[in-house]
Amino acid sequence: MIGNNPWLDGLLRILVIALAIPLSVIVLNYVERKVIGRVQNRLGPMRVGPYGTLQAVADTIKLLTKEDVRPHSADRWTFELAPYVVVVPTVVALVTLPITDDLFVRNLALGLFFILAVSTLSIVGLVMAGWGSDNKYAILGAMRSAAQLISYEIPLVMAAVAVAMVAHTPDGRGTLDLVQIVDGQGRVPYIVWQSLAFFIFVVAALAELYRQPFDIPVAESEVVGGPFVEYSGMRWAMFMMGEYVNLVLLSILASLVFLGGWNWPLGNEVGPALQVPLILIKTSLLILFFMWARAILPRLRIDQLMAYSWQVLLPLAFYQIIVNGLVLVYDWPDVVLGVLSGAGTVTAMFLTYRMVRRPVPVRRPAPVAAGAAREVSV
Amino acid sequence: MPDVQGLFEQYTAVLIATILGFALVAGALIGNLILSPRQRTRPKGLSYECGMLPIGRGRFQIHFRYYLFAILFLIFDIEAVFLFPWALSFLDIGAMAFYEMLVFIIILGFGLLYAWRKGALQWR
Repeated sequence: MIGNNPWLDGLLRILVIALAIPLSVIVLNYVERKVIGRVQNRLGPMRVGPYGTLQAVADTIKLLTKEDVRPHSADRWTFELAPYVVVVPTVVALVTLPITDDLFVRNLALGLFFILAVSTLSIVGLVMAGWGSDNKYAILGAMRSAAQLISYEIPLVMAAVAVAMVAHTPDGRGTLDLVQIVDGQGRVPYIVWQSLAFFIFVVAALAELYRQPFDIPVAESEVVGGPFVEYSGMRWAMFMMGEYVNLVLLSILASLVFLGGWNWPLGNEVGPALQVPLILIKTSLLILFFMWARAILPRLRIDQLMAYSWQVLLPLAFYQIIVNGLVLVYDWPDVVLGVLSGAGTVTAMFLTYRMVRRPVPVRRPAPVAAGAAREVSV
Repeated sequence: MPDVQGLFEQYTAVLIATILGFALVAGALIGNLILSPRQRTRPKGLSYECGMLPIGRGRFQIHFRYYLFAILFLIFDIEAVFLFPWALSFLDIGAMAFYEMLVFIIILGFGLLYAWRKGALQWR
Protein backbone atom coordinates (compact mmCIF):
# COMPACT_ATOMS: atom_id res chain seq x y z
CA MET A 1 0.00 0.00 0.00
CA ILE A 2 1.33 3.44 -0.90
CA GLY A 3 1.63 5.96 1.96
CA ASN A 4 -0.22 3.73 4.46
CA ASN A 5 -3.44 5.63 3.70
CA PRO A 6 -6.24 3.68 1.96
CA TRP A 7 -7.76 6.82 0.41
CA LEU A 8 -4.50 8.17 -1.04
CA ASP A 9 -3.41 4.71 -2.15
CA GLY A 10 -6.74 4.03 -3.84
CA LEU A 11 -6.78 7.43 -5.50
CA LEU A 12 -3.28 7.02 -6.96
CA ARG A 13 -3.94 3.52 -8.26
CA ILE A 14 -7.27 4.49 -9.84
CA LEU A 15 -5.67 7.59 -11.41
CA VAL A 16 -3.30 5.24 -13.24
CA ILE A 17 -6.30 3.27 -14.52
CA ALA A 18 -8.19 6.45 -15.43
CA LEU A 19 -5.23 7.55 -17.54
CA ALA A 20 -4.76 4.11 -19.07
CA ILE A 21 -8.41 3.80 -20.19
CA PRO A 22 -8.51 6.59 -22.82
CA LEU A 23 -5.08 5.50 -24.05
CA SER A 24 -6.16 1.88 -24.46
CA VAL A 25 -9.33 3.01 -26.24
CA ILE A 26 -7.28 5.08 -28.71
CA VAL A 27 -4.89 2.18 -29.36
CA LEU A 28 -7.68 -0.39 -29.69
CA ASN A 29 -9.63 1.82 -32.08
CA TYR A 30 -6.58 2.00 -34.37
CA VAL A 31 -5.85 -1.74 -34.06
CA GLU A 32 -9.45 -2.66 -34.78
CA ARG A 33 -9.57 -0.58 -37.96
CA LYS A 34 -6.27 -2.04 -39.10
CA VAL A 35 -7.39 -5.61 -38.39
CA ILE A 36 -10.72 -5.20 -40.17
CA GLY A 37 -8.88 -3.48 -43.01
CA ARG A 38 -6.49 -6.40 -43.40
CA VAL A 39 -9.34 -8.93 -43.29
CA GLN A 40 -11.10 -7.04 -46.08
CA ASN A 41 -7.88 -6.82 -48.09
CA ARG A 42 -7.51 -3.08 -47.45
CA LEU A 43 -4.75 -1.18 -45.72
CA GLY A 44 -6.90 0.51 -43.11
CA PRO A 45 -5.97 4.03 -41.96
CA MET A 46 -2.72 5.12 -43.61
CA ARG A 47 -2.80 8.93 -43.94
CA VAL A 48 -2.42 10.42 -40.47
CA GLY A 49 1.04 9.77 -39.06
CA PRO A 50 3.29 6.85 -40.02
CA TYR A 51 1.08 3.91 -41.07
CA GLY A 52 -1.93 5.88 -39.84
CA THR A 53 -0.95 5.50 -36.19
CA LEU A 54 -2.24 8.96 -35.32
CA GLN A 55 -5.65 8.40 -36.93
CA ALA A 56 -7.39 7.70 -33.62
CA VAL A 57 -5.79 10.80 -32.07
CA ALA A 58 -7.08 12.88 -34.96
CA ASP A 59 -10.53 11.36 -34.47
CA THR A 60 -10.45 12.22 -30.79
CA ILE A 61 -9.61 15.85 -31.59
CA LYS A 62 -12.39 15.93 -34.15
CA LEU A 63 -14.92 14.55 -31.67
CA LEU A 64 -13.73 16.99 -29.00
CA THR A 65 -14.38 19.99 -31.26
CA LYS A 66 -17.75 18.78 -32.52
CA GLU A 67 -20.95 20.50 -31.51
CA ASP A 68 -23.00 18.76 -28.86
CA VAL A 69 -26.55 18.62 -30.23
CA ARG A 70 -29.58 17.60 -28.19
CA PRO A 71 -33.07 17.24 -29.67
CA HIS A 72 -35.65 19.73 -28.38
CA SER A 73 -38.00 16.96 -27.37
CA ALA A 74 -35.35 14.90 -25.57
CA ASP A 75 -35.70 14.22 -21.88
CA ARG A 76 -32.82 16.37 -20.74
CA TRP A 77 -31.66 14.58 -17.59
CA THR A 78 -31.99 11.08 -18.94
CA PHE A 79 -30.26 12.09 -22.15
CA GLU A 80 -27.33 13.79 -20.44
CA LEU A 81 -26.83 11.25 -17.68
CA ALA A 82 -26.80 8.21 -19.97
CA PRO A 83 -23.07 8.45 -20.93
CA TYR A 84 -22.16 8.54 -17.24
CA VAL A 85 -24.24 5.48 -16.49
CA VAL A 86 -22.52 3.59 -19.31
CA VAL A 87 -18.91 4.55 -18.51
CA VAL A 88 -18.80 4.73 -14.69
CA PRO A 89 -19.65 1.03 -14.04
CA THR A 90 -16.88 -0.11 -16.37
CA VAL A 91 -14.36 2.08 -14.51
CA VAL A 92 -15.63 0.76 -11.17
CA ALA A 93 -15.38 -2.82 -12.38
CA LEU A 94 -11.70 -2.27 -13.25
CA VAL A 95 -10.99 -1.68 -9.54
CA THR A 96 -10.78 -5.33 -8.71
CA LEU A 97 -9.23 -6.61 -11.94
CA PRO A 98 -5.71 -7.88 -11.20
CA ILE A 99 -2.98 -7.81 -13.85
CA THR A 100 -0.48 -9.77 -11.77
CA ASP A 101 -0.64 -11.12 -8.23
CA ASP A 102 0.41 -7.73 -6.82
CA LEU A 103 -0.66 -5.32 -9.55
CA PHE A 104 -4.25 -4.25 -8.90
CA VAL A 105 -6.19 -1.46 -7.24
CA ARG A 106 -7.95 -3.58 -4.62
CA ASN A 107 -8.25 -7.32 -4.67
CA LEU A 108 -11.81 -7.71 -3.37
CA ALA A 109 -12.76 -11.04 -1.83
CA LEU A 110 -15.85 -11.09 -4.07
CA GLY A 111 -13.85 -10.09 -7.19
CA LEU A 112 -15.51 -12.25 -9.86
CA PHE A 113 -19.02 -11.57 -8.55
CA PHE A 114 -18.30 -7.85 -8.18
CA ILE A 115 -17.11 -7.45 -11.78
CA LEU A 116 -20.12 -9.27 -13.22
CA ALA A 117 -22.54 -7.37 -10.98
CA VAL A 118 -21.15 -3.91 -11.64
CA SER A 119 -20.47 -4.16 -15.37
CA THR A 120 -24.10 -5.18 -15.96
CA LEU A 121 -25.24 -1.72 -14.85
CA SER A 122 -24.23 -0.32 -18.25
CA ILE A 123 -27.45 -1.76 -19.71
CA VAL A 124 -29.38 0.86 -17.75
CA GLY A 125 -27.35 3.55 -19.49
CA LEU A 126 -28.24 2.20 -22.92
CA VAL A 127 -31.95 2.12 -22.07
CA MET A 128 -31.70 5.64 -20.66
CA ALA A 129 -30.02 6.83 -23.85
CA GLY A 130 -32.73 5.28 -25.99
CA TRP A 131 -35.62 6.55 -23.89
CA GLY A 132 -34.17 10.02 -23.38
CA SER A 133 -33.48 10.66 -27.07
CA ASP A 134 -37.15 10.73 -28.05
CA ASN A 135 -36.32 8.98 -31.30
CA LYS A 136 -38.00 5.91 -32.76
CA TYR A 137 -34.75 4.24 -33.79
CA ALA A 138 -33.15 4.99 -30.45
CA ILE A 139 -35.90 3.44 -28.39
CA LEU A 140 -36.10 0.40 -30.64
CA GLY A 141 -32.33 -0.04 -30.30
CA ALA A 142 -32.51 0.45 -26.55
CA MET A 143 -35.19 -2.21 -26.17
CA ARG A 144 -33.24 -4.59 -28.37
CA SER A 145 -30.06 -3.99 -26.39
CA ALA A 146 -31.90 -4.53 -23.11
CA ALA A 147 -33.42 -7.79 -24.36
CA GLN A 148 -30.12 -9.05 -25.79
CA LEU A 149 -27.85 -8.01 -22.95
CA ILE A 150 -30.03 -9.44 -20.19
CA SER A 151 -30.48 -12.68 -22.14
CA TYR A 152 -26.75 -13.21 -22.54
CA GLU A 153 -26.04 -12.05 -18.99
CA ILE A 154 -27.45 -15.33 -17.67
CA PRO A 155 -25.10 -17.74 -19.55
CA LEU A 156 -22.17 -15.42 -18.74
CA VAL A 157 -22.94 -15.55 -15.02
CA MET A 158 -23.59 -19.31 -15.13
CA ALA A 159 -20.19 -19.87 -16.76
CA ALA A 160 -18.66 -17.83 -13.94
CA VAL A 161 -20.55 -19.99 -11.41
CA ALA A 162 -19.06 -23.09 -13.03
CA VAL A 163 -15.58 -21.66 -12.49
CA ALA A 164 -16.40 -20.58 -8.93
CA MET A 165 -17.31 -24.20 -8.21
CA VAL A 166 -13.92 -25.61 -9.19
CA ALA A 167 -11.82 -22.66 -7.97
CA HIS A 168 -10.40 -23.14 -4.50
CA THR A 169 -7.70 -21.81 -2.22
CA PRO A 170 -4.69 -23.99 -1.27
CA ASP A 171 -6.53 -25.14 1.88
CA GLY A 172 -9.49 -26.30 -0.19
CA ARG A 173 -12.05 -23.56 0.41
CA GLY A 174 -14.13 -22.06 -2.39
CA THR A 175 -13.18 -18.57 -3.54
CA LEU A 176 -14.27 -15.69 -5.77
CA ASP A 177 -11.03 -13.78 -5.20
CA LEU A 178 -9.51 -13.36 -8.68
CA VAL A 179 -5.88 -13.65 -7.50
CA GLN A 180 -6.69 -16.90 -5.74
CA ILE A 181 -8.64 -18.18 -8.75
CA VAL A 182 -5.58 -17.63 -10.94
CA ASP A 183 -3.17 -19.11 -8.42
CA GLY A 184 -5.45 -22.12 -7.98
CA GLN A 185 -5.04 -23.01 -11.66
CA GLY A 186 -1.40 -23.90 -11.20
CA ARG A 187 -0.01 -25.86 -14.12
CA VAL A 188 -3.33 -26.58 -15.86
CA PRO A 189 -5.64 -23.66 -16.73
CA TYR A 190 -9.38 -24.10 -16.25
CA ILE A 191 -10.00 -24.08 -20.00
CA VAL A 192 -8.90 -27.73 -19.99
CA TRP A 193 -11.42 -28.81 -17.34
CA GLN A 194 -14.05 -26.20 -18.21
CA SER A 195 -13.90 -25.86 -21.99
CA LEU A 196 -17.70 -25.66 -22.23
CA ALA A 197 -17.81 -22.84 -19.68
CA PHE A 198 -15.09 -21.04 -21.65
CA PHE A 199 -17.04 -21.41 -24.88
CA ILE A 200 -20.21 -20.08 -23.23
CA PHE A 201 -18.29 -17.25 -21.59
CA VAL A 202 -16.66 -16.07 -24.83
CA VAL A 203 -19.86 -16.23 -26.88
CA ALA A 204 -21.86 -14.46 -24.16
CA ALA A 205 -19.11 -11.85 -23.81
CA LEU A 206 -19.26 -11.25 -27.57
CA ALA A 207 -23.00 -10.64 -27.19
CA GLU A 208 -22.54 -8.48 -24.09
CA LEU A 209 -20.23 -6.23 -26.12
CA TYR A 210 -22.94 -5.91 -28.79
CA ARG A 211 -20.38 -6.32 -31.53
CA GLN A 212 -20.90 -8.22 -34.76
CA PRO A 213 -22.34 -10.85 -35.12
CA PHE A 214 -24.46 -9.78 -32.11
CA ASP A 215 -24.91 -6.13 -33.11
CA ILE A 216 -28.69 -6.11 -33.51
CA PRO A 217 -29.07 -3.28 -30.94
CA VAL A 218 -26.76 -0.87 -32.75
CA ALA A 219 -27.04 -2.14 -36.33
CA GLU A 220 -26.55 0.80 -38.69
CA SER A 221 -28.63 -0.66 -41.49
CA GLU A 222 -31.57 -1.49 -39.21
CA VAL A 223 -31.80 1.07 -36.41
CA VAL A 224 -29.12 3.56 -37.58
CA GLY A 225 -26.90 3.21 -34.55
CA GLY A 226 -29.57 2.29 -32.03
CA PRO A 227 -29.52 4.18 -28.73
CA PHE A 228 -26.76 6.52 -29.95
CA VAL A 229 -28.61 8.05 -32.91
CA GLU A 230 -29.04 11.46 -31.30
CA TYR A 231 -25.64 11.64 -29.66
CA SER A 232 -22.73 13.53 -31.17
CA GLY A 233 -19.26 14.69 -30.25
CA MET A 234 -17.81 13.67 -26.92
CA ARG A 235 -21.09 12.30 -25.61
CA TRP A 236 -21.12 9.73 -28.39
CA ALA A 237 -17.43 9.03 -27.85
CA MET A 238 -18.21 8.16 -24.21
CA PHE A 239 -20.44 5.30 -25.37
CA MET A 240 -17.67 4.06 -27.64
CA MET A 241 -15.24 4.31 -24.74
CA GLY A 242 -17.56 2.26 -22.56
CA GLU A 243 -17.72 -0.37 -25.28
CA TYR A 244 -13.95 -0.63 -25.68
CA VAL A 245 -13.28 -0.64 -21.94
CA ASN A 246 -15.81 -3.46 -21.62
CA LEU A 247 -13.94 -5.30 -24.38
CA VAL A 248 -10.68 -5.00 -22.43
CA LEU A 249 -12.40 -5.87 -19.17
CA LEU A 250 -14.05 -9.06 -20.42
CA SER A 251 -10.92 -10.16 -22.30
CA ILE A 252 -8.74 -9.77 -19.21
CA LEU A 253 -11.38 -11.50 -17.11
CA ALA A 254 -11.57 -14.45 -19.51
CA SER A 255 -7.79 -14.77 -19.66
CA LEU A 256 -7.57 -14.66 -15.85
CA VAL A 257 -10.35 -17.10 -15.17
CA PHE A 258 -9.93 -19.61 -17.98
CA LEU A 259 -6.47 -19.19 -19.51
CA GLY A 260 -4.45 -19.21 -16.30
CA GLY A 261 -3.74 -15.47 -16.16
CA TRP A 262 -0.12 -14.77 -15.19
CA ASN A 263 0.36 -18.31 -13.96
CA TRP A 264 0.29 -20.62 -16.92
CA PRO A 265 2.61 -21.93 -18.39
CA LEU A 266 5.50 -20.22 -16.60
CA GLY A 267 4.32 -20.69 -13.02
CA ASN A 268 3.84 -18.32 -10.15
CA GLU A 269 7.48 -17.60 -9.25
CA VAL A 270 8.75 -15.76 -12.33
CA GLY A 271 7.92 -12.25 -11.11
CA PRO A 272 6.15 -9.35 -12.83
CA ALA A 273 8.75 -9.00 -15.61
CA LEU A 274 7.34 -12.12 -17.27
CA GLN A 275 3.86 -12.13 -15.73
CA VAL A 276 2.76 -8.83 -17.30
CA PRO A 277 3.73 -9.78 -20.87
CA LEU A 278 2.13 -13.19 -20.40
CA ILE A 279 -1.27 -11.81 -19.45
CA LEU A 280 -1.00 -9.09 -22.10
CA ILE A 281 -0.42 -11.75 -24.77
CA LYS A 282 -3.42 -13.79 -23.64
CA THR A 283 -5.65 -10.71 -23.47
CA SER A 284 -4.47 -9.47 -26.88
CA LEU A 285 -5.22 -12.84 -28.44
CA LEU A 286 -8.77 -12.73 -27.07
CA ILE A 287 -9.25 -9.12 -28.22
CA LEU A 288 -7.96 -10.05 -31.68
CA PHE A 289 -10.40 -12.97 -31.70
CA PHE A 290 -13.26 -10.57 -30.95
CA MET A 291 -12.11 -8.25 -33.76
CA TRP A 292 -11.69 -11.14 -36.16
CA ALA A 293 -15.19 -12.41 -35.33
CA ARG A 294 -16.50 -8.92 -36.00
CA ALA A 295 -14.82 -8.81 -39.39
CA ILE A 296 -15.85 -12.20 -40.74
CA LEU A 297 -19.26 -13.10 -39.31
CA PRO A 298 -22.61 -11.85 -40.66
CA ARG A 299 -25.19 -10.42 -38.28
CA LEU A 300 -27.56 -12.84 -36.56
CA ARG A 301 -31.30 -12.33 -36.86
CA ILE A 302 -33.07 -11.42 -33.64
CA ASP A 303 -35.00 -14.70 -33.45
CA GLN A 304 -31.75 -16.68 -33.78
CA LEU A 305 -30.13 -14.41 -31.24
CA MET A 306 -32.71 -14.81 -28.47
CA ALA A 307 -33.26 -18.51 -29.10
CA TYR A 308 -29.51 -19.18 -29.04
CA SER A 309 -29.10 -17.71 -25.58
CA TRP A 310 -32.08 -19.41 -23.94
CA GLN A 311 -32.24 -22.70 -25.81
CA VAL A 312 -28.55 -23.48 -26.34
CA LEU A 313 -26.26 -21.57 -24.01
CA LEU A 314 -28.37 -21.69 -20.84
CA PRO A 315 -29.11 -25.46 -20.81
CA LEU A 316 -25.46 -26.17 -21.62
CA ALA A 317 -24.36 -23.91 -18.77
CA PHE A 318 -26.60 -25.92 -16.42
CA TYR A 319 -25.05 -29.09 -17.82
CA GLN A 320 -21.59 -27.75 -16.98
CA ILE A 321 -22.64 -26.81 -13.45
CA ILE A 322 -24.21 -30.22 -12.77
CA VAL A 323 -21.18 -32.09 -14.18
CA ASN A 324 -18.88 -29.96 -12.02
CA GLY A 325 -20.98 -30.71 -8.95
CA LEU A 326 -21.04 -34.48 -9.58
CA VAL A 327 -17.31 -34.74 -10.24
CA LEU A 328 -16.38 -32.62 -7.23
CA VAL A 329 -18.80 -34.20 -4.75
CA TYR A 330 -17.77 -37.78 -5.61
CA ASP A 331 -14.11 -36.82 -6.06
CA TRP A 332 -13.88 -38.37 -9.51
CA PRO A 333 -10.61 -37.73 -11.40
CA ASP A 334 -10.31 -34.39 -13.20
CA VAL A 335 -10.03 -36.19 -16.54
CA VAL A 336 -13.73 -37.08 -16.33
CA LEU A 337 -14.53 -33.40 -15.94
CA GLY A 338 -12.37 -32.51 -18.94
CA VAL A 339 -13.92 -35.18 -21.14
CA LEU A 340 -17.54 -34.40 -20.17
CA SER A 341 -16.96 -30.68 -20.61
CA GLY A 342 -15.22 -31.29 -23.95
CA ALA A 343 -18.20 -33.36 -25.12
CA GLY A 344 -20.41 -30.46 -24.12
CA THR A 345 -18.25 -28.07 -26.13
CA VAL A 346 -18.56 -30.22 -29.24
CA THR A 347 -22.34 -30.33 -28.74
CA ALA A 348 -22.38 -26.56 -28.28
CA MET A 349 -20.46 -26.04 -31.53
CA PHE A 350 -22.81 -28.38 -33.40
CA LEU A 351 -25.90 -26.62 -31.99
CA THR A 352 -24.38 -23.24 -32.85
CA TYR A 353 -23.89 -24.39 -36.43
CA ARG A 354 -27.48 -25.63 -36.60
CA MET A 355 -28.86 -22.46 -35.04
CA VAL A 356 -27.04 -20.26 -37.54
CA ARG A 357 -28.33 -22.36 -40.43
CA ARG A 358 -31.92 -22.33 -39.17
CA PRO A 359 -34.26 -20.98 -41.85
CA VAL A 360 -36.42 -17.90 -41.40
CA PRO A 361 -39.48 -18.90 -39.36
CA VAL A 362 -42.43 -19.27 -41.72
CA ARG A 363 -45.45 -17.24 -40.72
CA ARG A 364 -48.73 -19.08 -40.80
CA PRO A 365 -50.30 -18.13 -44.14
CA ALA A 366 -53.66 -16.40 -44.15
CA PRO A 367 -56.59 -18.71 -44.96
CA VAL A 368 -56.93 -18.99 -48.70
CA ALA A 369 -60.34 -19.06 -50.36
CA ALA A 370 -61.20 -22.33 -52.03
CA GLY A 371 -60.03 -22.47 -55.63
CA ALA A 372 -57.74 -19.43 -55.32
CA ALA A 373 -54.18 -19.94 -56.45
CA ARG A 374 -51.80 -20.47 -53.53
CA GLU A 375 -48.92 -18.08 -53.45
CA VAL A 376 -45.55 -19.05 -52.18
CA SER A 377 -44.99 -17.19 -48.93
CA VAL A 378 -41.60 -15.56 -48.67
CA MET B 1 -11.81 -13.21 6.69
CA PRO B 2 -11.14 -9.44 6.56
CA ASP B 3 -12.29 -7.43 9.57
CA VAL B 4 -14.75 -4.56 9.16
CA GLN B 5 -11.98 -1.95 9.02
CA GLY B 6 -10.16 -3.95 6.33
CA LEU B 7 -13.37 -4.40 4.38
CA PHE B 8 -13.99 -0.66 4.57
CA GLU B 9 -10.46 0.06 3.35
CA GLN B 10 -10.97 -2.31 0.43
CA TYR B 11 -14.19 -0.70 -0.68
CA THR B 12 -12.93 2.90 -0.37
CA ALA B 13 -11.41 2.28 -3.79
CA VAL B 14 -14.88 1.54 -5.20
CA LEU B 15 -16.14 4.90 -3.94
CA ILE B 16 -13.08 6.71 -5.33
CA ALA B 17 -13.46 4.93 -8.66
CA THR B 18 -17.12 5.97 -8.87
CA ILE B 19 -16.23 9.63 -8.25
CA LEU B 20 -13.27 9.49 -10.61
CA GLY B 21 -15.36 7.79 -13.29
CA PHE B 22 -17.88 10.63 -13.11
CA ALA B 23 -15.00 13.12 -13.22
CA LEU B 24 -13.53 11.39 -16.29
CA VAL B 25 -16.78 11.68 -18.25
CA ALA B 26 -17.50 15.18 -16.95
CA GLY B 27 -13.97 16.29 -17.91
CA ALA B 28 -14.40 15.03 -21.45
CA LEU B 29 -17.81 16.67 -21.78
CA ILE B 30 -16.59 19.98 -20.34
CA GLY B 31 -13.66 19.89 -22.77
CA ASN B 32 -16.16 19.36 -25.55
CA LEU B 33 -18.24 22.27 -24.24
CA ILE B 34 -15.24 24.61 -24.27
CA LEU B 35 -13.82 23.59 -27.63
CA SER B 36 -16.92 23.05 -29.70
CA PRO B 37 -18.82 25.68 -31.66
CA ARG B 38 -22.42 26.39 -30.67
CA GLN B 39 -25.02 27.46 -33.17
CA ARG B 40 -28.51 26.50 -32.18
CA THR B 41 -30.79 26.34 -35.18
CA ARG B 42 -34.23 24.85 -35.20
CA PRO B 43 -33.63 21.89 -37.57
CA LYS B 44 -30.74 20.73 -35.38
CA GLY B 45 -33.13 20.15 -32.51
CA LEU B 46 -35.40 17.83 -34.46
CA SER B 47 -34.98 14.14 -33.82
CA TYR B 48 -33.37 12.17 -36.64
CA GLU B 49 -35.57 10.18 -38.94
CA CYS B 50 -33.39 9.64 -41.99
CA GLY B 51 -33.65 13.29 -43.00
CA MET B 52 -37.43 13.44 -43.05
CA LEU B 53 -39.51 15.49 -40.63
CA PRO B 54 -40.28 13.28 -37.61
CA ILE B 55 -43.81 11.90 -37.57
CA GLY B 56 -45.56 11.64 -34.22
CA ARG B 57 -43.83 11.17 -30.91
CA GLY B 58 -40.54 9.36 -30.51
CA ARG B 59 -41.68 7.35 -27.51
CA PHE B 60 -44.04 4.63 -28.60
CA GLN B 61 -45.46 1.56 -26.91
CA ILE B 62 -43.13 -1.40 -26.89
CA HIS B 63 -44.07 -4.94 -27.72
CA PHE B 64 -44.94 -7.29 -24.88
CA ARG B 65 -42.29 -9.87 -25.82
CA TYR B 66 -39.51 -7.71 -24.35
CA TYR B 67 -41.33 -7.92 -21.01
CA LEU B 68 -41.41 -11.74 -21.16
CA PHE B 69 -37.65 -11.87 -21.52
CA ALA B 70 -37.24 -9.44 -18.65
CA ILE B 71 -39.32 -11.74 -16.41
CA LEU B 72 -37.28 -14.79 -17.47
CA PHE B 73 -34.10 -12.84 -16.79
CA LEU B 74 -35.26 -11.97 -13.28
CA ILE B 75 -35.97 -15.61 -12.45
CA PHE B 76 -32.60 -16.88 -13.63
CA ASP B 77 -30.62 -13.96 -12.26
CA ILE B 78 -32.02 -14.65 -8.81
CA GLU B 79 -31.02 -18.26 -9.31
CA ALA B 80 -27.48 -17.05 -10.07
CA VAL B 81 -27.47 -15.06 -6.84
CA PHE B 82 -28.31 -18.28 -4.97
CA LEU B 83 -25.78 -20.31 -6.95
CA PHE B 84 -22.74 -18.17 -6.10
CA PRO B 85 -22.68 -18.77 -2.33
CA TRP B 86 -23.60 -22.40 -2.94
CA ALA B 87 -20.71 -22.83 -5.40
CA LEU B 88 -18.28 -21.67 -2.72
CA SER B 89 -19.48 -23.94 0.05
CA PHE B 90 -21.16 -27.06 -1.34
CA LEU B 91 -18.00 -29.15 -0.93
CA ASP B 92 -17.82 -28.28 2.78
CA ILE B 93 -21.45 -29.23 3.37
CA GLY B 94 -21.31 -32.46 1.40
CA ALA B 95 -23.33 -34.37 -1.17
CA MET B 96 -26.65 -33.28 0.37
CA ALA B 97 -26.02 -29.64 -0.60
CA PHE B 98 -25.35 -30.67 -4.17
CA TYR B 99 -28.58 -32.64 -4.48
CA GLU B 100 -30.64 -29.86 -2.91
CA MET B 101 -29.29 -27.39 -5.45
CA LEU B 102 -29.82 -29.97 -8.18
CA VAL B 103 -33.53 -30.06 -7.27
CA PHE B 104 -33.62 -26.25 -7.41
CA ILE B 105 -31.91 -26.22 -10.81
CA ILE B 106 -34.25 -28.92 -12.14
CA ILE B 107 -37.35 -26.99 -10.99
CA LEU B 108 -36.10 -23.90 -12.79
CA GLY B 109 -35.11 -26.09 -15.73
CA PHE B 110 -38.74 -27.22 -15.95
CA GLY B 111 -39.72 -23.57 -15.83
CA LEU B 112 -37.48 -22.92 -18.81
CA LEU B 113 -38.92 -25.97 -20.58
CA TYR B 114 -42.45 -24.68 -19.90
CA ALA B 115 -41.58 -21.27 -21.34
CA TRP B 116 -40.00 -23.04 -24.31
CA ARG B 117 -43.08 -25.23 -24.97
CA LYS B 118 -45.38 -22.23 -24.58
CA GLY B 119 -43.36 -20.45 -27.25
CA ALA B 120 -42.15 -17.66 -24.98
CA LEU B 121 -38.60 -18.13 -26.27
CA GLN B 122 -39.74 -17.84 -29.87
CA TRP B 123 -39.24 -14.32 -31.20
CA ARG B 124 -42.34 -13.43 -33.19
